[in-house]
Amino acid sequence: MRSYLLRRLLGIIPMLFGITLISFAVIRLAPGEPVSMESSLNPRVSPEVRQRLIQIYGLDKPLHVQYGRWIARIIRLDFGRSFSDSRPVIDKILERLPLTVAINALSLFIILLFGIPLGISCALREGSAFDKMMTVLVFIGFAVPSFWIALLLMNLFGISLGWLPISGIVSLDYEYMSFFQRCVDLARHLVLPVFVLSLGGLAGITRYMRSSMLEALSQPYIYAARAKGLPERAVVYKHGLRNAVLPIVTILGLSIPGLLGGSVIFESIFSIPGIGRLFYEAVMMRDYPLIMAEVVLVAVLTMLGNLLADIGYALVDPRIRYSQR
Amino acid sequence: MACRNFVAYPIPATAVIPLLLAAVFFLPSYGFAVDYGDAFVTGSISDARTLLPILASDTASSSICSMLFNGLIKYDKDLNLTGDLAERWEIEEGGKVIVFHLRKNVFWHDGAPFSAGDVEFTYRSLIDPRVKTPYSGDFERIESLQAIDAHTVRVVYKEPFAPALSSWGMPIIPKHLLEGEDLNTTDFQRHPVGTGPFRFGKWLTQQKIELIYNPEYFEGRPCLDRYISRVIADTSTMFLELKVQGLDSAGLTPLQYTRQTDGLFFRKHYQKFRLPSFTYIYLAYNLKNPKFSDLRVRQALNLAVDKDELVAIVLLGLGEPSCGPFVSQSWAYNPEVKPAPFDPQQALSLLREAGWTDSDSDGWLDKKGEVFEFSIVTNQGNEERIRCAEIIQRRLKNIGIRVKIKVVEWSVFLSEFINNRNFETVLLGWSLPREPDNYDIWHSSKTKEGEFNFGGYANPEVDELLERARRTFDEKERAASYHRINEIIYHDQPYMFLYVPDSLSALHKRFREVKPADAGIGYNFIEWWVPENEQRYKTRIELEP
Repeated sequence: MRSYLLRRLLGIIPMLFGITLISFAVIRLAPGEPVSMESSLNPRVSPEVRQRLIQIYGLDKPLHVQYGRWIARIIRLDFGRSFSDSRPVIDKILERLPLTVAINALSLFIILLFGIPLGISCALREGSAFDKMMTVLVFIGFAVPSFWIALLLMNLFGISLGWLPISGIVSLDYEYMSFFQRCVDLARHLVLPVFVLSLGGLAGITRYMRSSMLEALSQPYIYAARAKGLPERAVVYKHGLRNAVLPIVTILGLSIPGLLGGSVIFESIFSIPGIGRLFYEAVMMRDYPLIMAEVVLVAVLTMLGNLLADIGYALVDPRIRYSQR
Repeated sequence: MACRNFVAYPIPATAVIPLLLAAVFFLPSYGFAVDYGDAFVTGSISDARTLLPILASDTASSSICSMLFNGLIKYDKDLNLTGDLAERWEIEEGGKVIVFHLRKNVFWHDGAPFSAGDVEFTYRSLIDPRVKTPYSGDFERIESLQAIDAHTVRVVYKEPFAPALSSWGMPIIPKHLLEGEDLNTTDFQRHPVGTGPFRFGKWLTQQKIELIYNPEYFEGRPCLDRYISRVIADTSTMFLELKVQGLDSAGLTPLQYTRQTDGLFFRKHYQKFRLPSFTYIYLAYNLKNPKFSDLRVRQALNLAVDKDELVAIVLLGLGEPSCGPFVSQSWAYNPEVKPAPFDPQQALSLLREAGWTDSDSDGWLDKKGEVFEFSIVTNQGNEERIRCAEIIQRRLKNIGIRVKIKVVEWSVFLSEFINNRNFETVLLGWSLPREPDNYDIWHSSKTKEGEFNFGGYANPEVDELLERARRTFDEKERAASYHRINEIIYHDQPYMFLYVPDSLSALHKRFREVKPADAGIGYNFIEWWVPENEQRYKTRIELEP
């Protein structure tokens, strides 16, 4: 197990190198140049100023030199400064990260909380009216555009009923509130975003859980368990579920990089200062240092996620564990 | 600051808050009792990038900076230049020299006195090649700048330059805090200290920026305690926030203005403003292209497109056709120039003169076997422009011209089409500064890569008038030059001038002393107040003076 882990970890390095090389090339070969949206095409900004900025950013050097410099800095964990406001890229990412991770983790939790039992109940009642209805419902949740459902909910709960705030994560007078008030305020702001985010993810988990459970229940050892007269509860939850949950672990591992991802539309609608908008804007403005930092971040996390999924596999499935030894 | 830049903006004008674009202040004269307190909450679709005003080039940063800082001069409510940090000024030696007499007893928010040294420091920072400021251009014309004493600054220009005066609307930054700092990365960018009516309070990235009143402001403290700018990236959300009174002011789209803001709730809580904007939308021709180098063709195209129709459909009537490179509130605008009528027949006969006829009766005009077709390029993310292009496409189809529309992302639009002149026509807008000098857009010397006469317009008379206007300090005389420029350019049609949209906004009714003028409504913001029983944000902010 240990040598396996080590091998996997070492494998990450060349992979990461390849990913950054390709991303660097792709982003730089794409048409367009760094613009700070509004200062470009502004006659008060003379072409000389533009040239000067290009020099300050080192964009006049050949691409391989720029890449070399970038790699040299990355090794020292220096991600550079953003073109748009000259702040360290890492600061810009770190100040957005906690909220994005919190919201995503919360919604992932809710997805699992509802998705797994739903999937199981559908599998146990395969083909029943309940199964069909749930299938239709989760797919509707999956298919409706999140911005649309978000606007409808904001209109209903924010305006017509007036129960919940519409956007942002805290109220304007948050700083002047007591601790308890702050918690309530935060929770009220998070209800709609987390709900909307979970709605889209519910379908996937429910369907996976359902099919995986169905497969597990059709295995010979289930017949054996039933034949030896075990109560149905034990058959389903002890023998069936344990095996059925395996693929879900893979999915969980794969959703780790997803925890850091944010959707631009979703964040814009709810005015959430998340990571999705940060990178969307970076790409639109060709803010290269920020884009590359994001690429590295996602690449590292995706690989770590895969690794964790494999480790998780080994933990829940003894066959994998023993064969690795 | 926002008022001194031309900006070809990629997003709809309604997405920025028009009221604060005219961020110029006016001397308060409280002849009656006002209540202090409350907050003004506005929305911005993007967060500010920096609060160091000489680096700020985006609307969000500029509007916040205008609350925190002052320039030497500013525009008053009738758009005349008046003193701000400068009490008065003298223009000497035919415009080569400007002497500013600064106000005494002005203090930075940290208590340090403001003096001529700060002006000198601001100037030195602006022309420092290491500083990432986009505004060095105007200040590189200065030969020398000298602080004669603590409250007098003498600026000598290399040659007389009339727009120079307005360039001193540039906010002045504090020497005692910034000297020796690397301005590009200084922490001051996120913790600014100015001389303005509001002090910096708090900045939660992508959430809000909060400013607190400056009790020591030299024109008297603002009546409102707080100025809060919330970042709301989505325009539909911004509108929903208005409906729950989460915002006190927001820009409106023509659709929202005409159809969605007439309910009982809205009329009870908000007043709406419709003011002419300092913006025009145009279709620029690439005059290097043989099709468009013929004046008759450009005039014909202008006759074939109905500008009233564009205003009626795209703006729902909230705007007016544009006829030249100035807008009607500006003193440079020539009221004698009338927009050409919509006359497709006349257009066809002009095109025939230019050699374009439908010789093979296939419905499309042609000349020497080549069909008359061209493309309109515009940027993504601005529905108004795309709709405009579609209407132009249909109108031109009616007279036998085939138009293709290309919509591309802003960054690509600039690098692949504008900067290397690789287009036939582009549909864009200019947002105009109050200072009418538009040398950079129309002078024939400004056609190099990255410069702004990207259509390649060249008319010796216009060149000469532009140069003369830059040397003339007398506004009447200058106006005469611009009136003639207006006339010639409309005749020459280097652009098809489309329309000037109105700037539409909603403002909460509880604010008193809001008086629309040529400068918009934000010019007397420090006088706005709310009666105590109507105040919505009651957290009292007490500051020690």
